[in-house]
Formats: sequence, C-alpha cells, structure tokens
Amino acid sequence: MQPTYSSSRILLPVRPWFIFLSLIIALVLNFLPTAHWPGVPDWVALVLCFWSVREFRRVGMGWAFALGLLMDVADGAVLGQHCFAYVLLAYLTASLSRRLLWFPLAQQALQVLPLLLLCQAVQLAMRLLVGGDFPGWSYFVGPLIASLLWIPATFILLLPQYQPVEQDPNRPI
Amino acid sequence: MGGIEHAPPPFFKRGPAPLALLTLYIAISIALFVVDLRMHSLDLVRQSISLLVDPVQRVAQTPGSLVDYAANYLQGIQVLEAENKALKHAQLNTAPDLQRLAQMEAENERLRKLLAVKEREKAQGQVAQILYTARDPFSRRVIVDKGQQSGIIAGQPAIDEAGVVGQVTRVFPFSAEITLITDKDQAVPIQIVRNGQRSVVFGLGNGQLELRYMPANADVQVGDVLVTSGLDSIYLPGFPVAKVINIERDSAYSFARIFCAPIAGVENFGELMVLAPRIALPPAPPEAKSRGGDGGSDKGLRTKKKRAAKAN
Repeated sequence: MQPTYSSSRILLPVRPWFIFLSLIIALVLNFLPTAHWPGVPDWVALVLCFWSVREFRRVGMGWAFALGLLMDVADGAVLGQHCFAYVLLAYLTASLSRRLLWFPLAQQALQVLPLLLLCQAVQLAMRLLVGGDFPGWSYFVGPLIASLLWIPATFILLLPQYQPVEQDPNRPI
Repeated sequence: MGGIEHAPPPFFKRGPAPLALLTLYIAISIALFVVDLRMHSLDLVRQSISLLVDPVQRVAQTPGSLVDYAANYLQGIQVLEAENKALKHAQLNTAPDLQRLAQMEAENERLRKLLAVKEREKAQGQVAQILYTARDPFSRRVIVDKGQQSGIIAGQPAIDEAGVVGQVTRVFPFSAEITLITDKDQAVPIQIVRNGQRSVVFGLGNGQLELRYMPANADVQVGDVLVTSGLDSIYLPGFPVAKVINIERDSAYSFARIFCAPIAGVENFGELMVLAPRIALPPAPPEAKSRGGDGGSDKGLRTKKKRAAKAN
C-alpha cells in the first residue's frame, strides 16, 4: 500500500500490535485532564478514523463499538452514546476509504472534517433529545482541530511502515 | 428450476455485509442508550467495564496531579504562613461556639425529649477526595476516590465546608460519581432562611440554580439564603445550598424567575464529605384513588384475563 494512491512509494504491511497500541494511546490521551479545555480533539475518533480509512479490514465497526463502550463508561456518559457515533464513523470512513486515499493529505483532512463533525453532532443530538445540557459551540471546535491534526497523525501513524529510501540493490523489491 | 437461484460460492471469505453490520451495531447502541437512560439496569455492566477503565484513567490523571503537587510544594513559605495565621484566626473566632456545641447539643436533645419531639439526626460521613471531573460535557459530575469498598451507596448527599455540593448517583467498586447541584434539572428541596418558605431549587447547567414555580409576588429577596429543608429524607435539614442573586419579575408570566448561586465551592477541586444515608422517614399516607390508578388496575385485570386465556 502507498501513503496515498498517487504516490509511488510502497509501504511495509502494518503490524497489528501497532494499531492496538495507537488506539490505547488515543484512549489514554482522551482520559487526560485536558479534556475540558476548549478545542481538544477526540483522539480516539481521530485514530479510529485513520485506521478505518487505511485498514478497514482490520479495524472495523466491532472495534469502534468496543472503544465507544469504554469511552462511555470513562466519560460517565449514557451507555451507547459514543458507540453509536464511533460505529457510524467507522462505517462512513470505511466506505469512503477507496476515494479518500486518492487525494493529497490536505484535501483528505478537508474530507475527514464533516465525518468528525457528524460524529460529534450525533452525540449532541442524542443527549439533547433526552434533556441534556447544551455544552456551547466550543464543542464543535474539537473536530476542526482534529481534522487539522490529520496531516501529522498520518505521518506519525505511518512511520513504522516506511521503508528506507536507499534500498539494497540486491533486494528484489 | 431451483438450481438457477444458487449463487456461485464466493471467492473470498468475507463477514456480513457492512450495511448489515452497521444496522446491527446501531440497533445495539440505541438499545443500550434507552435501557441505560430509562431503566437504569445496566449498572453491573458499567461497573465491570469501569474496573478495566478506572486504572488507566487514574494513571492518566497523574501528570496533572503531579503538577499540582509541585506547584503546592514550590509555593512560598510566606504564603503558607499567612494562610496558617488566617486559619488560626478563623479557628479562634469559631472557638466560643464550638466549645459550647457539645453542651448545647446535649441540652437540645434533653429539651426535645422533654417536649416529646423526635430527636435530631446527627450528621456523620466520610471524607472523599475529588479525583477528576467527568469528561461528559453534557452534565456536571465529579468522580471521588471512595466507592463500594468504603460502603458508599447511591443517593448519599455530599457537602464541603460551605454547603451542599451534590449527591452520589453512581457507585463503582473504587470510586463514585457525584452529580453536582448545578447539573441540569438536579433538584434540592430547600427552605428560605428568612421566612421559612419551602420550595425546590433546580440546577440550570451553567453553574447557577433556579427557584422555579414561585409566584411573581413571592416573598423572595436578592441575598436570601436557601438551606436544605430535609423533607426528602436525603439531605439533612439546615445545610446551606444557594444564595439568591437575581430576580426577574415579569407580570406577563405567572411565575418569577429567581436565579441563585451555589454557596459551596461546587465547581472547585478538593475534598468533600459524603454524608451517611438518613434514617428512612415513615411511609407517606396512601393517596386518594385517582383515575390513573383505576386505569392501572384495569390494565392489571386485562393482563390477568390474557394469562387466563393463555392457560386455557
């Protein structure tokens, strides 16, 4: 697989433990006390979105559901709130993944933004429907920042898959 | 003819179609949402998942608490000295009252016995440390470090040194969740100190409280202190809850809009005291038969008939 489909660089296959590790790190980042600052992105949504674009056969809706359940308990939210949003996100990104990877990184970020916004809006709608308290418009700043972070996130999460530039001439590939 | 309908075997092994999976997971999510919200029967699921999540969450909180600790440690000795002096002063100020408190309580008890009035309940409780604020941006809750292991149960009130902070709403093995009185629609039965009028104060969700359903000409003034009335068998009477800060009397509406600010440091981090549950009040007298009740018994009859029909 390439970084984007228009690139000629070929990546190594992803290691399953790295996907697992990155999702766990995203969870821990979400648990940090910074969560109340305005504009702090939902790290789990970002990393989940990334992996379900690149490896939708490995990270699918099952993972999204499990992570959503963990986030619900950790947040003290109503069970099922994050599950719904993450499952929807995983489905949409997986179905868009073929198209998304043809674009350069900046345009990918632009296309990821509505998905992350939807993920947030679904949760807002669910809670407002049952009489929750509107948290203010800063609630939607997180996805904006997250979509800006798409570019560095892609770089960092693909780092273990890059091959050295100077290749051994004796190697077939 | 049947052979035509057979599809060739798939070349690649795949799971169920994505849309089918999506429908399944979303159905489960919505079911969880409704059951958790309306029936509150998923506490066991929540507790078992929290056993998994809680250690990670505590580890994630350590950097923040380390920074706090360092800031406290590096705080100048002068600041500490000044604080110490102020505290000593405050202690001396309250000393005359405190020293006579034991004697006065005993006297009060004796007098109440003489008058054959029920004895006042004593406030007991345990100190708990606030670990962190719950991440959920739709509600106002904090997590404290005492849970089922320390005998905390849902429904216990929590206070700090100034007044009522909130109420325990969920209990986990090693932690508990306290819903603050400023959470949206969190209700506390109160009494106005100045004139003894009873009412209920509701959280607004923005850090303030509102005294609802008071007539536009109600005797409420800015600066009135609201204390718990103790009528709910949850909060002991007499704890300060809020202070009236703004009253909007509009003759177009039948109710006045009365806004209050909490007296306790509700949104501050620190320690608080979880009070022991109160002794249950005697049961309320039976209500007069209403139409709703009749409907219910009618329904019961119907199901009985159905059951009888099934049995036959």
